[in-house]
Amino acid sequence: MDLQTLTYTVVGATFLLYIGIAIWARAGTTGEFYVAGKGIGPIQNGMATAADWMSAASFISMAGLIAYMGYGGSVFLMGWTGGYVLLALLLAPYLRKFGKFTVPEFIGDRYYGNSARIVAVICLIIASTTYVIGQMKGVGVAFSRFLETDYDTGLYIGMTIVFIYAVLGGMKGITYTQIAQYCVLIFAYTVPAVFISLQLTGNPIPQLGLGSAMADGSGTFMLDKLDLVIQDLGFGEYSEAKRLSTLNMFAYTMSLMVGTAGLPHVIIRFFTVPKVRDARTSAGWALIFIAILYTTAPAVGAMARLNLMETIQVGEVGSPEGNLLYEERPQWFKNWEQTGLLKFEDKNGDGRIQHYNDKNPEMAAKAAEFGWAGDEMVKVDRDIIVLANPEIANLPNWVIALVVAGGLAAALSTAAGLLLAIASSISHDLLKGILMPDISEKNELMASRVAMAGAIAVAGYLGLNPPGFAAGTVALAFGLAASSIFPALMMGIFSTKMNKEGAIAGMIAGISVTLFYVFQHKGIFFIPEWSYLESWGSNWFFGIEPNAFGFVGAIVNFVVAFAVDKVTDEPPQHIQQLVLDVRTPRGAADAVDH
Amino acid sequence: MSDSNTQASAYWKENLSIIVKIMVVWFIVSFGFGILLVDQLNAITIGGYKLGFWFAQQGSIYVFVVLIFYYAKKIEQLDEKYDVHED
Repeated sequence: MDLQTLTYTVVGATFLLYIGIAIWARAGTTGEFYVAGKGIGPIQNGMATAADWMSAASFISMAGLIAYMGYGGSVFLMGWTGGYVLLALLLAPYLRKFGKFTVPEFIGDRYYGNSARIVAVICLIIASTTYVIGQMKGVGVAFSRFLETDYDTGLYIGMTIVFIYAVLGGMKGITYTQIAQYCVLIFAYTVPAVFISLQLTGNPIPQLGLGSAMADGSGTFMLDKLDLVIQDLGFGEYSEAKRLSTLNMFAYTMSLMVGTAGLPHVIIRFFTVPKVRDARTSAGWALIFIAILYTTAPAVGAMARLNLMETIQVGEVGSPEGNLLYEERPQWFKNWEQTGLLKFEDKNGDGRIQHYNDKNPEMAAKAAEFGWAGDEMVKVDRDIIVLANPEIANLPNWVIALVVAGGLAAALSTAAGLLLAIASSISHDLLKGILMPDISEKNELMASRVAMAGAIAVAGYLGLNPPGFAAGTVALAFGLAASSIFPALMMGIFSTKMNKEGAIAGMIAGISVTLFYVFQHKGIFFIPEWSYLESWGSNWFFGIEPNAFGFVGAIVNFVVAFAVDKVTDEPPQHIQQLVLDVRTPRGAADAVDH
Repeated sequence: MSDSNTQASAYWKENLSIIVKIMVVWFIVSFGFGILLVDQLNAITIGGYKLGFWFAQQGSIYVFVVLIFYYAKKIEQLDEKYDVHED
């Protein structure tokens, strides 16, 4: 079977599986639509959380970013796992004890009133929508490769499928489907990694292969070799190159960690376990399932980079025969050129491909001597690395087909979870909770489906003009969640005295400074023409990039909240009692039914 | 009433001290070893891994997993001790 037919078959089979499960477990009631009943044990819940969590950003984008950032890419690895420690210790058990459907519901009750709830809903929608934009970029990449079309067409088709998929299901359908998706995506991610690790180092375990010697008998360690290869071409040392600065890496990591614990579609997962105890271990199980991918990713990134460099730079740097002839480029190269995500331009007209760091002055001088006229790989979208990886390594076709299916599973599962969080905050918190308390269950379901459709349309539109790589855009969403939701939740549990004025002021201040900084760099609503105050330069705040700014936003949130809290009245007695009650596990109720 | 209140605040105090201890480890392995001290640790290598690099891309994640299960175990013992566990 040729690659295209095989890909259709594998992707088709996995889709049939998801749709079958979604129909079998169709949500009947609003309760099921939001939280799947409380019958889901910690291991299954952990697995579904992992699928929910590991999005297009993790599956498709992250290893590609690490491939080009090297050590600097560690911010994603630590940031997107360390947040689970915060979740398990600081939030999950208490929110489960509290026992409601949505995050704004908790904030509304804890801070006694609709104003806090509305602010939370708005913050949640801003953060989740930004997140979905990143997913849409991933969906577009995966579908454009799968269907061999350009990126835009891939995105339109992807949007349609996400819509059908998320609107039909609801949480109950999603939970079981996500367990299936986890299995598909983790299998699809690890199989090629094992093959490539074997090829390069002879060690089948990628986590060990990354630290092993090359299998070519030279005795050189893989990472040392990679350092040499890319330094020869003017790139920074792989194992040590920092992301801008130590402070920026610190802020970036913290922003992702805190954001992890503040994103509604993750938190909502811990409402679905039967007991408080399960909420704690569930976070642990989720992290185990996530860690399998996250500890493999650095190996995938490093090995893909080495393979890519060696495919292009076939001989010694600077020798006339040293670079691959464009005419002889491999099939995967042609496939990706078709999507527009990989572009070559023969700047010096020698018919060969030169890929090096032309921004490095020393290297540029050397390159001029070689007769090179600049980096000819004018576009290597980082988001294609993982999908192209098995092709670059010449793995069998079924592995390539599997990776496409895995990428689609990752993108779909997270997009569905997020859309659900957005839909529930609009229909459940805004409509039923505040605007139209008498709305019927049927209409509430209808409203949430309309909200989902709206969110997909907005995210799809912005996905056509994406502000960056999938993982980069998603990182912004974490910053927004970190600066708004997390501090409000944490203070709501750990301080009995935090009052409504403090929490509201904190959330508004936190998300405002973060949005101000992000939009200043990326443009208002991520429309690049609408950026402002360019004269301030980029990363002007202590060299911190916008993706990492959530850390600063969170600090602003805490400081403002405590300052305002000091000068306003204490919360009423029954609220303080509520906080004390949330702190002990006994007496946790079952799901709150409608 | 007041007795159960002191019980509850003692439980909470012990819980907080467990949380703080775990968070210290959480901070040291990731922000400490993986970021702030990475250059110093990179002087040490284990196989092909520089140690700081290993903590940043592998080690910290393994420790996170252990920390969560350790907390779950500790807090469960505490729940029993103060008789606030479920069922």
